[in-house]
Amino acid sequence: MERVGGWLVRGYLGLVLVFLYLPIAVMIVMAFNRSPLYELPIVFDTVWFQALAKNERLLTAGFNSLWIAIANTIIATALGTMAALAFQRYSFRGRTLMQLLLFPPITIPWLIIGTSMLVMFFWLGIGRGLHAMLLGHVALSIPYVIVVVGARLKSFGTALEEAAATLGANPWQTFWRISAPVMAPGVVAAALFAFAVSFDQFVISYFLAPPGVSTLPVEIYSAIRKGFTPEVNAISTIIIVVSMGLMLLFARLYRFGGER
Amino acid sequence: MSTVEVRGLTKRYGRVAALDNVSLLFAEGEFFGLLGPSGSGKTTLLRCAAGFIEPEAGDIHFDGQNVRALPVHKRNIGMVFQNYALFPHLSVFDNIAFGLVVRGMKRADVRQRVTEMLALIRLSGLEDRRPRQLSGGQQQRVALARALVTRPRVLLLDEPLGALDKRLRQEMQVELRQIQREVGITTIFVTHDQEEAMTLCDRIAIFNEGRVVQVGAPSRVYERPATTFAANFLGDANLFRGHAVARDGFQVIECGDGIEIATGDPLPSAGGVVALAVRPEKISLWPADSAPVGTEGENRLSGEIVHTIYSGSSITYRLAVPGRELMVFEQNRSARPYAPGDRVVATWPAEHTVVVEEQKT
Repeated sequence: MERVGGWLVRGYLGLVLVFLYLPIAVMIVMAFNRSPLYELPIVFDTVWFQALAKNERLLTAGFNSLWIAIANTIIATALGTMAALAFQRYSFRGRTLMQLLLFPPITIPWLIIGTSMLVMFFWLGIGRGLHAMLLGHVALSIPYVIVVVGARLKSFGTALEEAAATLGANPWQTFWRISAPVMAPGVVAAALFAFAVSFDQFVISYFLAPPGVSTLPVEIYSAIRKGFTPEVNAISTIIIVVSMGLMLLFARLYRFGGER
Repeated sequence: MSTVEVRGLTKRYGRVAALDNVSLLFAEGEFFGLLGPSGSGKTTLLRCAAGFIEPEAGDIHFDGQNVRALPVHKRNIGMVFQNYALFPHLSVFDNIAFGLVVRGMKRADVRQRVTEMLALIRLSGLEDRRPRQLSGGQQQRVALARALVTRPRVLLLDEPLGALDKRLRQEMQVELRQIQREVGITTIFVTHDQEEAMTLCDRIAIFNEGRVVQVGAPSRVYERPATTFAANFLGDANLFRGHAVARDGFQVIECGDGIEIATGDPLPSAGGVVALAVRPEKISLWPADSAPVGTEGENRLSGEIVHTIYSGSSITYRLAVPGRELMVFEQNRSARPYAPGDRVVATWPAEHTVVVEEQKT
């Protein structure tokens, strides 16, 4: 009975994973298939990666995405971490309300946020472009950073910082020797979140992209509208490998960061 | 090593006074317990001494120096927190060394001092472990070593044994006291566990609603509680309320239902209202038909057992006497404990009845 149950559980979980991974696996396999029409049998070839290397539009869009995501990660993580510290370590009037107000931007559909940003940026004369996209991405990422770093800070409470103070550490020493390393895993997680929010972002980038400038998701979208080429599979495969690598890196950092 | 004195300390949260004009003197090298229910002000006093809470009024002196204006990190204190607050990202060695490192001590000296502390807490060899790899008792000892290594002026303990199970707690009580004596440091110890306070402390202060109810050696406070609150909080007590009556040579109160209770303490003049307390273990029980003849001035009440609580080494009886119930502890020495329904006589000498001040509990 128990063995039958074990098989059922494993079978079910296996099916769930197949459901999750099958499309990705098909895409990766086709990125290495010589036929542009997904013909079988598979003939291994890197022809689509070579084509990608010559595809200026896709590469430019890729670099745009990368730079915006990196800038967004740095800015949103710094601002959000400071905000999380302020929320967790200071008590002031209206704190609860201000904390609650972090959540609506997360739940409002991106389409609506994108429209409102487009309207406001035009009204203020900021216009469209990479700078506008960056502003939009930072605004989207900050609530996630505050929530993730805040949860980490909250789980440790103030006892460690109090202990450091009783041992003679001044506020500066307490921050760099205790608070910073203890919250580091949360900050790294928040940074990865911010990177993903930006790198994945389609709606807001699409709205704020002027003609001739695009990011990777926007470019992939227009590429598959014009006619699907396996070059998209190739660049997607590269992205998957890189993001898996980041995940592993994060898992290691988290372990060394001293979680409880 | 220092004396610590707080004078007129007051702190309010809204309209509730967490500390209401509290003054206490902690002698050099003394192990002093702050005991009371939660919200009574004992933790607020400790956190004021540490510098985490700014009192509204009053002063805190370490060795005559007013430290009220000093921030926490300049007070030179050692503190052990309820859940130890060990730094999870640092090794045992670096946890203990922290206070020395932030003071800028040379590495060789740090190593020597930490090694000494590790020997004192008997954890030599575990210095490379992380806190989460230690047992609860070991974490507790590291927290103590970390607090003591800087040779602070005063050691503040915020329910440091609360997170341990009973047997380990008893072991750690002995060890804590031993280390404290060895170091000779003035120690303020917050607890809500009355047994722990009595076992460990040279003196205790009982807190209720932001005020100090009674200060003294544990045995003194236990034997001679000053108020009904002290009598009930530290141990158990049977309370009697009544009017003093005039009797030649004896102090007696009359408390209704035909009950008269004698005490060895002076009483107000006849008619004055007074409360008396007697500890449950001071009362002896006898079978109703074979009770010895009482001596004069001895208290003597007849009643019926209503409840017997067997707890191994001792037995707790609840006994109905006219108009009230008495609680009695007896060592489990008789072959056959009394059962509910048994008729008994309860007796105790007058000097075990203590006059206590009436106070709402």
